[in-house]
Amino acid sequence: MSLGHALLGLLERGPGHGYDLKKAYDDRFGQDRPLHYGQVYTTLSRLLRNGLVQEAGVESGSGPDRKRYAITDAGVTDVEKWLVTPEKPEPYLQNTLYTKVVLALLSGREAADVLDTQRAAHLNAMRELTRRKTGGDLADQLICDYALFHLEADLRWLELTTARLDQLRKRVAR
Amino acid sequence: MTLLSATDLHKAFGPTPALAGAGLSVDQGEIVAIMGPSGSGKSTLLHCLAGILTPDAGEVHYRGVDLGTMSDGRRSELRRTEFGFVFQFGRLVPELSCVENVALPLRLAGVKRRDAERRATEWLEELEVADVAAKRPGETSGGQGQRVAVARALVTSPKVIFADEPTGALDSLNGERVMTLFLAAARATAAAVVLVTHEPRVAAYADREVVVRDGRSRLVEHAG
Repeated sequence: MSLGHALLGLLERGPGHGYDLKKAYDDRFGQDRPLHYGQVYTTLSRLLRNGLVQEAGVESGSGPDRKRYAITDAGVTDVEKWLVTPEKPEPYLQNTLYTKVVLALLSGREAADVLDTQRAAHLNAMRELTRRKTGGDLADQLICDYALFHLEADLRWLELTTARLDQLRKRVAR
Repeated sequence: MTLLSATDLHKAFGPTPALAGAGLSVDQGEIVAIMGPSGSGKSTLLHCLAGILTPDAGEVHYRGVDLGTMSDGRRSELRRTEFGFVFQFGRLVPELSCVENVALPLRLAGVKRRDAERRATEWLEELEVADVAAKRPGETSGGQGQRVAVARALVTSPKVIFADEPTGALDSLNGERVMTLFLAAARATAAAVVLVTHEPRVAAYADREVVVRDGRSRLVEHAG
């Protein structure tokens, strides 16, 4: 995730202090991982250096939190470009689970157990997310769903690999 | 407390074994998902647990009583009074209105029409489909029909609800709606649910899952 773009996007609603931005970010996207102040200020000074934000007044007193930041035209263009550029689809070709299964087969261990243990851990995580989603608001639901669909994709792979384990065992033995 | 348990079930259809040593136990008020690939025997396991099919070997106990020792009459009474069923395609009676469909199990149990339909209406409200009460199943959407079917399963206040791919014919959003309302209602009445599904996202609504593979159930211990 590009924090710079997220902060720029939040600044499009109007100028704000670093603290306001951190709070707005945490409220909307922070979930389990709120931002550190350090991250916010490092990112803001980079945006400032690149001309994507500018200072919009400093209140009396000291400390970095006194500065207000406003997005520049270049910043708006940058956010716009980011929004319309698709993210690179991640194919996850280098898969730890596949490596574990093959190594289990190579060493004569129970590969089915490796898959089943993983499966149980995945479903456990899915149950947790489902509980959170059921009690949550729309933002929680959408964020949990995103994770749920990804875990489900892994689980389908685990299922399919379990079904193909005999085939894979023969192939690995060659 | 264990409500329903099955041990070492075997069942074959002709030469094809569907169950080869499956077992499962369900506590009061517990929601258990039975998962597994197509043809793994998960529906057969459900049917044996519900007393619809008689296993070739092995036992199913409900409240400590072996279903195999019960008369056919007693078993079907159990299915009418203690068990509820939800199937993939609602299996509602097409000639009856939705409220009549939900009231049907009560009518068969001898409840007067007005009382039966009043209770049916309450369940339709609970499942947020009161607006289709007067419609026939053919005039409702898939999601609505399935919620009517859930209402029908719950109307007799069963102790166990058996659900076989209850969201199998629905899209994600409607499936989720059915599951949320279904399980909230089941939890509210402390009914146990045995849920057959091949969809992990549906199984994630359950308290735990049992995986059936090649007719055997695998109990997988959870890490957390």
